[in-house]
Amino acid sequence: MATRARRPHDDVNTDARRARWRSAARWEVGLVVVLIGVLVFGAAESPTFVDSSTFFYLGINVGYLAIMALPMTLIVMTGEIDLSVASILGLSGSVLGLLWHHGWSIVPAVVVALLVGALGGALNGILVAKAGLPSIAVTIGTLTLFRGLAEILLGSLTVPATGDRQFPAALTNIGVAPIPGTQLSYTTVIFLVLAVVCGVVLHATPLGRAMHAIGLQPEAAQFSGIRVRRIKFWLYVVSGVVCAFAGILLTLQNSSVSYGAGTGLELNVVAIVLFGGVSIFGGRGTVVGVVLSVAIFGALQMALTQLNVQPEIQNVITGALLLISVVVPNGGEAIGRLRERIKRK
Amino acid sequence: MTTDTAVRPVHRFESLLRARELGIAIVIVLVVAITAVRNANFLAAQSVQQLLSGAALVALLSVGETMVIITRNVDLSVGSTLGLSAYVVGDLFKYQHIPVLAGFAVGIVVGAVVGAVNGLVTTVLRVPSLVVTLAMLYVIRGVDGVIVNGHTIDPSAIPRAFTEVGYRTLFGVPWLAIIVLVVVAVAGYAMRSFRASRDLYAIGSNPEAAALAGIPAGRRVFTAFVISGTLAGLAGALFLALHAQVDNSGGLGYELTVVAAVVVGGVAIFGGSGTVVGAALGALLLNTINQALVASKVSSFWNMAVAGGLLLAAIAFDRWLSLRVARGLKSARGVHRDV
Amino acid sequence: MTNPADTNARLVLTNATKSFGTVRALADGSITLYPGEAHALLGENGAGKSTLVKILAGVYRPDGGELRIDGVPVEFGGPAAARAAGVSIIYQEPSLFPDLTVAENIFTGRQPLGTLRRIDRRAMHRDANEIFARLGVRLDPAQPARGLSVADQQIVEIAKALSFNSQLLVMDEPTAALTTVEVLRLFEVMRTLRSHGAAVLFISHRLEEVFASCQRVTVMRDGRFVRTAPIEELTVDDVIRSMVGRDLATLFPKTVTAAGEPVLEVEKLSTAGVFDDISLTVRRGEIVALAGLVGAGRSEVARAIFGIDRRDSGTVRVHGRTLPNGDPLAAMAAGVALVPEDRRQQGLVMAMGVDQNVALASIRRLARFGLIRRAGERALASSWSARLRIKSGRLRDAVATLSGGNQQKVVLAKWLARDPALLIIDEPTRGIDVGTKAEVHRILDELVGDGLAILMISSELPEVLGMADRVLVLREGRLTGSFSRAAADETSIMRAATGQDAGAAA
Repeated sequence: MATRARRPHDDVNTDARRARWRSAARWEVGLVVVLIGVLVFGAAESPTFVDSSTFFYLGINVGYLAIMALPMTLIVMTGEIDLSVASILGLSGSVLGLLWHHGWSIVPAVVVALLVGALGGALNGILVAKAGLPSIAVTIGTLTLFRGLAEILLGSLTVPATGDRQFPAALTNIGVAPIPGTQLSYTTVIFLVLAVVCGVVLHATPLGRAMHAIGLQPEAAQFSGIRVRRIKFWLYVVSGVVCAFAGILLTLQNSSVSYGAGTGLELNVVAIVLFGGVSIFGGRGTVVGVVLSVAIFGALQMALTQLNVQPEIQNVITGALLLISVVVPNGGEAIGRLRERIKRK
Repeated sequence: MTTDTAVRPVHRFESLLRARELGIAIVIVLVVAITAVRNANFLAAQSVQQLLSGAALVALLSVGETMVIITRNVDLSVGSTLGLSAYVVGDLFKYQHIPVLAGFAVGIVVGAVVGAVNGLVTTVLRVPSLVVTLAMLYVIRGVDGVIVNGHTIDPSAIPRAFTEVGYRTLFGVPWLAIIVLVVVAVAGYAMRSFRASRDLYAIGSNPEAAALAGIPAGRRVFTAFVISGTLAGLAGALFLALHAQVDNSGGLGYELTVVAAVVVGGVAIFGGSGTVVGAALGALLLNTINQALVASKVSSFWNMAVAGGLLLAAIAFDRWLSLRVARGLKSARGVHRDV
Repeated sequence: MTNPADTNARLVLTNATKSFGTVRALADGSITLYPGEAHALLGENGAGKSTLVKILAGVYRPDGGELRIDGVPVEFGGPAAARAAGVSIIYQEPSLFPDLTVAENIFTGRQPLGTLRRIDRRAMHRDANEIFARLGVRLDPAQPARGLSVADQQIVEIAKALSFNSQLLVMDEPTAALTTVEVLRLFEVMRTLRSHGAAVLFISHRLEEVFASCQRVTVMRDGRFVRTAPIEELTVDDVIRSMVGRDLATLFPKTVTAAGEPVLEVEKLSTAGVFDDISLTVRRGEIVALAGLVGAGRSEVARAIFGIDRRDSGTVRVHGRTLPNGDPLAAMAAGVALVPEDRRQQGLVMAMGVDQNVALASIRRLARFGLIRRAGERALASSWSARLRIKSGRLRDAVATLSGGNQQKVVLAKWLARDPALLIIDEPTRGIDVGTKAEVHRILDELVGDGLAILMISSELPEVLGMADRVLVLREGRLTGSFSRAAADETSIMRAATGQDAGAAA
């Protein structure tokens, strides 16, 4: 072998390094700026915004949504999508409700609800990873299917129905009381813990590196000995379990559940993930970005609600942010192309 | 010669493709027949009219959606565009007392504008249409809220002549269904018969080859989005005519129903193939099953689950079909090698 | 040499150049085509033929040089402009629209119109049938292109090119997928076109076809024009010498080594319609070359051994242990490494840095307590980068910014970092400049010297002859020849690869 000791990278190009760092971190920095802007705006416009209870309610309002955004981040990283998340939330909530209605005690009911989530995720996983069907079509199908199953199970019933036991107060407390000694809701802490786990897995483990490679170039990943199908399958299962968990949290937080819980939230979850800087084509994005995105959406929602802004207008802002998040990185290139075209003419 | 060996599996495949529309039609007939046996009222004129009117709007949206999906894009904003159009038209009826025909014109223009924005951002900025139209979905819902400002448009505000379009029938067929039928027929014919519409298939089928062939992909995709928006705008006006009222749930969640109908109708989600007629039949099938469950006294709670199962079955069937063709091809090549 | 002022010429390309980043694909592209001639363009893979064709097609814009058509200087803004100027191209790989019908594929954007600008389907099918009749093939114009065999797809491409009635027809290896009968028909069509005054540029690796159908020959090497001569003045040997143009012994540093115990043993490997009954052995310290024409199934054999594709039957043993079917990870654990054919799609994750690509196949070994040690990753990449002399800015820079040769070294580093027992390398020097080519060859030579077993797939005969200890030839999925280093020569290999008597062509 050629073994003459040589260090080809002694001449470190600092400019290139700086440019690279900038491009990698730019999106997250932008998100931090936006977040600070939203907080300042909220504090200036509403005297109650900086109230300590704000943070608690923020957690209550977006916690379960944010939790679903984490497995979605991993799935989008691998170049797929899961539009059935909110339906799995609704289905597992309904299963929990039905079992409770029939007199089960809480622990086995929760376990079964989680299992249902895992099964739902496994169905997605089989269809996408094993059968190779397009995930967007598959999960639109399971979105409808799972919501339909929830509807079949619960019908027009809202659990607890009249005559039913209430859900255990110790658990439903998560919806009204923060963790003792703090102002944090349980959902906030659960989200943050899961986010750290996700972040470590995605950014520091061989599995996370494999997810990046799958999202960027699935064929090259396969040729490097990465089990593309297996990883995708298990991601869907994990997504199912986590969304089921979110469904249980939402049920307990509200002390009640009906089959429609969380309807339509899948698109919010996707919006949060994309606004967090995760590429819809896979392979690019960070968990930090998604956490910041969650914080921005949550804070904005709190601020606007406190200002009595209609929820519809909050939609405009959601959409505008999402649009900006994709237009800004593409805008420069598009202008370049336009100039080129004009020059040619 | 390879031609002979290759032709056979291919022709089988093509006839299966053609049979897609037929297949859906047969399933619709079966569902109707079975339901009619269980409940004779299902074939009553009123019930059939209800069925057709209900399917009409989704079918109309699925026409535009088909054109967009054929180019390897997707339009998730159709539901909210419908809502916006219905709102704007209703608002103008209520406060400006515009003439009936102007109502339709306004609806169409509103839709066309939304479609143009979708098309421009997708083609000029080269942003994935899934993201663009998802964002538009939110923006439009918000604009809805601003325009209506918490009010709902109620029947008293709508001119009678306008709502007549929603309930009048011609030879027992609702006007609404006739309008949609005409649109489907025209679009179906156009998609077969013009160079520009064949370009849509080419773009979705093989984008690189389309560029090599000099097809103006940007312009074609833009046009597809404008048509999709325009039809969603028209659907909004028709929605208002049918229901004579609209609140902020108008068209909510339609986008996924429409995509489901299109896919059930045999349009490949990754572009290149499928027909407008198939998509419209897909919409009709979903709605027929919906009504059939009601008529069969099966709890309507089963509706969504059946629709979801149907969609999954349709996707799986398409994959099975293409795998069969691939296998047929492989063995054909094997024969060729042995010659 | 070409003379741009040649007024009789249909097309004159003079001193065209084209670079991609740091890679110079074309240094001097020059060719003159006269009406009524079939002109062969020959050269090894990577000689710049495809780049030249793409310039004629308007796909690439040359960095320099001049193109004249019928004496008038032209600049093509895109494929459409080239077509408008009367240039039709049949590409090596068919690019059809699988969802459109055969006739629509032929007439994309030019469908015959009836009243109200509607497509006149009947006229379109009639026109398509007319072309098929000229080609002497039977294809249904109404059937979708999806499901056509590769040969039939190629026929549709040819029909498309003919439908333009172009005065300039460029065929980039059109015969690779065709049967003998179809090739003969194609030659017939070429003759007809020539008699109508069209010029045909014909690219093929099958020299006997060139000698059977062309009047003049232009040879390219390393992106440069070498010579143009009438076919009567040439022999097969002349052509090959011009194409290779250098002394094999100095170029290929292969040292003779003694082969050791078998590392890879493949027995009766078969996959229906792809390859059949492949048995081979690769020993420690030897390079076994797998030669053959493009499409003979060589890469597919490599994929099946490594487990990317499942095999229908047969066994693959490494060091005597049978590998499970379709499991690349198990093959890797047994010491197999695969440097694939398509570097940009399969070999590398282009957006990742040199460091992450080098580490990608060894990433589990680099983890401690489940976490990747970044320092270990960087150390691995920088040590291999030094050993293989990879020239890159920083290790974190995306491999997309590297030249083809350096990219190939990154792929090599990625697999050598696993310390494999068997290296399968598919087209080791495709699209690499001459200097780096020699480096890759030297690396391979050193590796076998250190006891590695190498199975090398190559379409470049000089590389096969220069590097291999043994040569196996694959034709249409079957092993048709096996030669020792001493017995292997161009003629015998080509004969086994084409299944025809190569000597008859000369």
